[in-house]
Amino acid sequence: MTAPPLVSLSHVTFGYGGAPVLRDVDHVVAANAFTGIVGPSGSGKTSLLRLLLGTEKPQRGTVTRAPGVAVSYVPQLETVNWNFPVTVGECVLMARKTRRLLPWATQEEKTEVAEVLERLGIAELRSRHIRELSGGQQQRMFIARALLRRPQLLLMDEPTSGVDVATRHEVLHLLDELNQGGLAILLTTHDLNGMAAHLPHLVALNTRVIASGSPQDVIVPDVLERTFGARMEVLQHLGMPVVVDSSSVGQLGVAG
Amino acid sequence: MIDLLLEPFQYEFVVRGIIAAVLAGALCGLLGVFITLRGMSYIGHGLSHAVFGGYAAAPLLGLPILLGAGAWGLGSALLINAVARSRRIGADAAIGVVTTASFALGVALLTRFGTKGPSFDALLFGSINGVANDDLWLLLGALVFAAGTFTVLYRAFLFSTFDPEVANVSGVSVRRMDALLMLVLSVSILATLQIIGVTLVAATLVIPAVVVRMLTDSFSRMLWTSTALGAVTGACGMYASYHLQIPSGTTIVLVNALVFVLVLMATGPRGLRRAAGMDDHADVPAVTPVAAVR
Repeated sequence: MTAPPLVSLSHVTFGYGGAPVLRDVDHVVAANAFTGIVGPSGSGKTSLLRLLLGTEKPQRGTVTRAPGVAVSYVPQLETVNWNFPVTVGECVLMARKTRRLLPWATQEEKTEVAEVLERLGIAELRSRHIRELSGGQQQRMFIARALLRRPQLLLMDEPTSGVDVATRHEVLHLLDELNQGGLAILLTTHDLNGMAAHLPHLVALNTRVIASGSPQDVIVPDVLERTFGARMEVLQHLGMPVVVDSSSVGQLGVAG
Repeated sequence: MIDLLLEPFQYEFVVRGIIAAVLAGALCGLLGVFITLRGMSYIGHGLSHAVFGGYAAAPLLGLPILLGAGAWGLGSALLINAVARSRRIGADAAIGVVTTASFALGVALLTRFGTKGPSFDALLFGSINGVANDDLWLLLGALVFAAGTFTVLYRAFLFSTFDPEVANVSGVSVRRMDALLMLVLSVSILATLQIIGVTLVAATLVIPAVVVRMLTDSFSRMLWTSTALGAVTGACGMYASYHLQIPSGTTIVLVNALVFVLVLMATGPRGLRRAAGMDDHADVPAVTPVAAVR
């Protein structure tokens, strides 16, 4: 945990003209970070990512990036037109900068794309249209595109949104492997379950940072109530906190 | 019969008109791929009307028509793009007001002061008559400019069209790409004004791209097939214009529409599914799930 920070936010306040969506936020993204930003819709998660990306500037406070740090971004799946006429290989290649005057890929670029697709286990999908992918494969393709830029930090907006439980575990497991390989990852989610098993560090956000620490520190009823505005029960399962709906607990007769 | 078919080619003005239609059709076909995939069809329609105002106003301001109308068109294009990008409620209305007001101004000025160039009808609906060598050079220049721009900046245009948010944080200046596309669009509309006409140019931008989208899932293939289709329908439309004595813009659009119907019939639901939502950037994925890779 002593790795130098890649990006840090200090007393950051930010808004889009009206009331601030982030107030006095402090956060440090370390070189080995694997962090989940949890909070309800409208809590400022995406704004926080934009500040880290540098596409938005804080109204107050500072955002400091380590010199030369490469950051890649994976958007929400829902923001992309999956009917767009590109194949998986073409989509990944988009991120590769080129100074050539000719549009087609060089042999070196083709090899790079093949390698990154192989690494993510979707090499055989290279020529397939992006419409034909499952949710997990779409995430893998976007991660492949992000990795082609050889980033030190990967920012992901709701990577588990709109996917089934199996795909969620598949994606989080893949991210875990990438983090073990030295890639810092910060993702946002409003979906708590599954995070505790994979992410060592969570930040509960609702305009302000409500809590920051291990899943055991953050996934507790008091923090969740202050973050999501509703009482939630937390059970322990195999040493991991699991969030359950209070009404479900009542129906099951489980003590909270 | 053969004599009748070959008759138009005896006249130099017809041959020149067909060459102009090929160049104009290719230009619109190429540009149309980006316009439709970016959801800018309405902007293309509005911009052609806006350029009309500049075309009428330039001589009265003592400016060369091309320079005046070009500057007017580019200014309108950048304004339209800025309004569209702002995503504010009423952006469509704002674009409608700006472009139709510019068009109305053009109609008023041409009616009151007349025109030194093509006739009023020719500007509205296109004409086979009066295509000069200078017009051909302008069209060729616009086509080379567009093709060169899209070739050199192919990957950046593709990225900013498919996923502008990520392109922006990946070193592609989406704002610059937008401005460049608007410049190409303005130049293209100006160059094709006399052949296709203000009121019909949007159709020649949209139809070839939509037709080839029904036939292919490849972006690069879309680019060259849409260019080729635009050129062929341009030539056929101009040829038909001579025989039917109908304004060339009208016949070019009708030929495009006919090709659209034929391809739609041939490709059926699959083609329709490809073309539907081709400019949609906020849809839930229309996926056909296959086995996830473990």
